[in-house]
Formats: sequence, structure tokens, C-alpha cells
Amino acid sequence: MKQMINVALPKGRLGEKVLAIFESCGYDCPAIHETNRKLIFENVDAGVRYFWVKPSDVSIYVERGAADIGVAGKDILLEYAPDVYELYDLGIGKCRMAVAARRDFYDNTERTLRVATKFPNIAKTFYDKKGRDIDIIKLNGSIEIAPILRMSDVIVDIVETGTTLKENNLEPVETIVPISARLISNKVSYKFKNKEISRLAQSIREYCENRDN
Amino acid sequence: MSKISFTGEEMAVMSLSRLYADCGFRQFKMSKFEEYDLYAKNKDFLLSSDIITFNDTNGKLMALKPDVTLSIVKGSGSDPMVFDKVYYSENVYRADKGTHQYKEIMQVGLECIGNIDLYSESEVIMLAKKSLNALSERNILDISHMGFVTGLLDETKLSDKQKKIAVSLIREKNTPAISDFCRDNYIDEKVSQALYVLTGIYGSFMKTVEKIKSISINEKTDAAVSELESIYGFLQEYGCADGVNLDFSIVNDSSYYNGIVFQGFIDGVPASVLTGGRYDKLVHKLGKKSGAIGFAVYLDLLERLMGSDRMFDVDVLLMYDENESLQTLAKAVKSFSENGKTVRCVRKNDGSIKYRQLAVMKNGEAEVIETND
Repeated sequence: MKQMINVALPKGRLGEKVLAIFESCGYDCPAIHETNRKLIFENVDAGVRYFWVKPSDVSIYVERGAADIGVAGKDILLEYAPDVYELYDLGIGKCRMAVAARRDFYDNTERTLRVATKFPNIAKTFYDKKGRDIDIIKLNGSIEIAPILRMSDVIVDIVETGTTLKENNLEPVETIVPISARLISNKVSYKFKNKEISRLAQSIREYCENRDN
Repeated sequence: MSKISFTGEEMAVMSLSRLYADCGFRQFKMSKFEEYDLYAKNKDFLLSSDIITFNDTNGKLMALKPDVTLSIVKGSGSDPMVFDKVYYSENVYRADKGTHQYKEIMQVGLECIGNIDLYSESEVIMLAKKSLNALSERNILDISHMGFVTGLLDETKLSDKQKKIAVSLIREKNTPAISDFCRDNYIDEKVSQALYVLTGIYGSFMKTVEKIKSISINEKTDAAVSELESIYGFLQEYGCADGVNLDFSIVNDSSYYNGIVFQGFIDGVPASVLTGGRYDKLVHKLGKKSGAIGFAVYLDLLERLMGSDRMFDVDVLLMYDENESLQTLAKAVKSFSENGKTVRCVRKNDGSIKYRQLAVMKNGEAEVIETND
């Protein structure tokens, strides 16, 4: 019997790109392009079942085995440290995790640094390494407002082009880590559906390597 | 007819205990509490550093056990020639990584402490595989060897901190990142290639062991391979070598574990249900000369997999009114029970009880008026 692979895709632009890669590798799914209210799409012949979830939830679906594989940003993997295999760097969705601040920001090391972020663990690990005392302000969006309203001194957030920062009179101060989309797998699925998952990972790898060369 | 249904946990405890007792392990019943100091000194051995603590009546700081192994090793004898073979089924208390809430986890496991030789080591791994077989047919035991991983890393000039990074990449099966890592740290071509193969390797022991041999690089890695081969031979002897795979993404903390390490998986359970390994270094840290190997099975994960799919609270819901005599009612209940049915007597059916059959008392006898099967 052919085993189906459950794939958690991140909703949004990145997810569309990921789906395109999967489809080019022979894991197409016509049903996903129909306009309806269905949540789960499958193609039995290709052996895949796709579903869209919130990007920050992909790693949860994979860690808990509801999805065998998924695609998640390195930012999510660093923040939540899920117990999963990281099989491949897809080389898309490239950006960086950075510290940003107002243009006139001066880092007064006499004071506790107030850091607004969606990624408290990444921020904490980064400043722990420096031994800096920080006050983390956990926000869920529109992080850029925090330093403008002087609620925080800096922000730790994803920077893609820097346009949003520039428009708000902010600038990147320091890069924490480069980010890109990763193919992740549930550890147990990797074992029980090893043939299917290895084959999929291998064809995606070949596709990406051809694209990059 | 419904039998008394055991929960998945209860069934597993019974079958596993039997298995271990058959191999001469004796049961060890432990206290729920342990001095906190023991964990403070061996924090890295624990999976989570969150521990429930409290003061006992004379002010000593105590903990609700987050782990059983440490307590068993602490209490074991000091003569390495005297073997201690024990098994246990105990609750441990750990914080969940995601929610930071404490959870009670039922653990069944065994420890073999003493001058561990190839036989006692193989026996423990055989029992690990048999434990998985007892829980589900669709199971896998993945084995790995700390000696092989540390042996390879010994060939590099990496600092301890960098070695930890390498280990975490191996654990993620992150093959692209491990080649980048080797390049960035100027690791020798042969060693880089070996680390790359090691990270990616997965499959049945027979198919993968040759690959491992081909990347073995020094005495330490050679010794690890031959140990793995001997153990596999033993498993074949016992007819439980099916579903035994090599997977070096299983790497534990090398300051506690030194030899073989392993994890067990069951199809349908999204995390490992069995973990174990050879942990001589922990025993030495606790001031004893012995070696040790053991494993634990986490039963909380099996809840959804085993036990009955019970859909009813009772077989028969028997309604009676105030005119019913005690004798006739008792007689009616008895006749259901004798047929192996569970019965609950109620004055009024408020719809909160799920039943297979609904019966009412009529002329001194029970009459079934509704069947849900």
C-alpha cells in the first residue's frame, strides 16, 4: 500500500512558492487550485496530502506528527526549537533576523535595554551571549511602532529589504542570523515513511540545486 | 458483552513487567521524593531542568522525582562485580517544553548496573526490542553509538563548544548544514565526508553497517562498530532483529553517555516511546566504579494507541421506581451480571449516561426497551 505524506504548508507568499517547488517535483495536487472552502487537499496518485496552516504553527503540526513534513522559516525553528529533523535549506524566503532601532539611537549601556519582539527566545539567547541585561516586550505584530513610541529601545525582528524600517525612520543595527525556509520532518514519520520522505527530500534537493546552478 | 477494560497504561505495565521479571530483573518500588541536591548536581542528565520542589518537615529541599535512573544509581551497591538488575514502574514529574506546565508521566523501565559486559548489554537491548514488540507490531528500534560519534569528532580540532554544535546538527539530520560547518571550520576532507555520511545515514542495520565500516577512522570508531555488530548478532539469535535500524541522529549528552544509545518508536505515536543507553559516566560521577545501561518506556504517549475504544458507560441502564421491591431489583441486576453485563440502576434517565441497553422494571422483571448496539 502506498503511504500518503502529509505536508503542512505555511499560508502566504512563501507557501505558494513552496507549493510550486513541490509541484515541479512531481507532487502536484490539482485540487488545491480550485476555489472552495476545503482545508485539506490530496492527490492519491502522487501520494501527498497538503494543508495550509499559520506559518508559525507549521513546526507544531510537524512535531506532533499531524504533518509528516512541512516547510518553516529558520526563525520559527530557532524560536520554538521543535524536536524535528531539518532536512534541507530550500534557499527561498531569504531574510535575516536583526536588531533595529531609531536612526538617532544611542546604546546607553548603563541602562537595561528594552527589546520589543515577536521572538523572545531568539532575543534572549542573543543578548545572553553578550551578557546584556534586557527587558523583553513580547508583541504579536507591528513591532516597528514600539521604538517610535519609545516603548522600547530596539526591536528584534525579521528584515527583508529594510523598506518598512526606512519608512518608519528606523535602521538595522546588527544582524543576528540569516533566515531561509527549511524542509522539516517529524522524527517518527521519517522512520516509518522513510522511503517516501527520503524520495521527496531528494527530488526537492535536486530541483533546488539545478535552480541555483 | 463488555469485559472490564484495562487502560493502555495498565496493560502495558503488566506485559512489560512480566518480560523483565522473566529475565531475572527484580522490581524496585521507589519513594516519590528525592533530595533536590541530586538533580542540582546532575542537571544536564535531565531532559528538563524544571523540577517541582518543596521543603520537607525538617526544612530540607526535596523534589518530586523528574527521573528514576539517578535515584537507582545512587542507591546501587559499590562493588562492580555484583550486578544490580532492577525494573520499575513509577510516575515522574516534568515540565512540558512547549507549555511549561508540569506533567505526570508514567514510566516503566529497567537498569542494569555493574561491570557491564557484552552479554548484559545485548540482553538489555533485546529487552528494549521485545518491549516495543509487546506494545505494537509496527515498531522500530534505532540504535546509535556515542563512541562512534565522539571518535569521529576526536579527529577534528574543534573546541567543546563547536563539537556541541556539530552534535546538534547530527541530531537534526541536517546534512547541508554539516557540510557547511565542516567547510567553515577547516575540517579535514576525510573526516568531513565521514560526518556527512554519518548525519544522513538511516536504514536497517544490515543495509547500513557497511557504510559505517567504510567511514570508521580510528580504534575508537572500529570498537564501536564491532560492538554494534555483536549486539545485532545477539538480537538475531533471539529472533528480534527485525526493525532494528542504525541512526546516528540519536546522540545523548556525551558527559553522561558513553556507549550504545537507542530509541524506540511506534507507528502512530509522534515521539519516541522508549529511550535508553549506556551511561557509565553518570555512575562514575556519582562516585561508583560500576558501569550501567538501561532504558525507560514512556507510557503516557501510548494512551491513544492501546486499550479499549469504549463508547458506553454501562451495558445496561436499569430504571426502577419507588414501588419496586429490593429483592426483585436485586434479582434483575444479578441476572444481567451473570451474563457478564455491567448494570447501573437509576430512578430517572437524565441522558447523561451512555448505555448499550435501556431496561425498565415491569411486573418484577427487567424488560429491555431500547438497544443501541
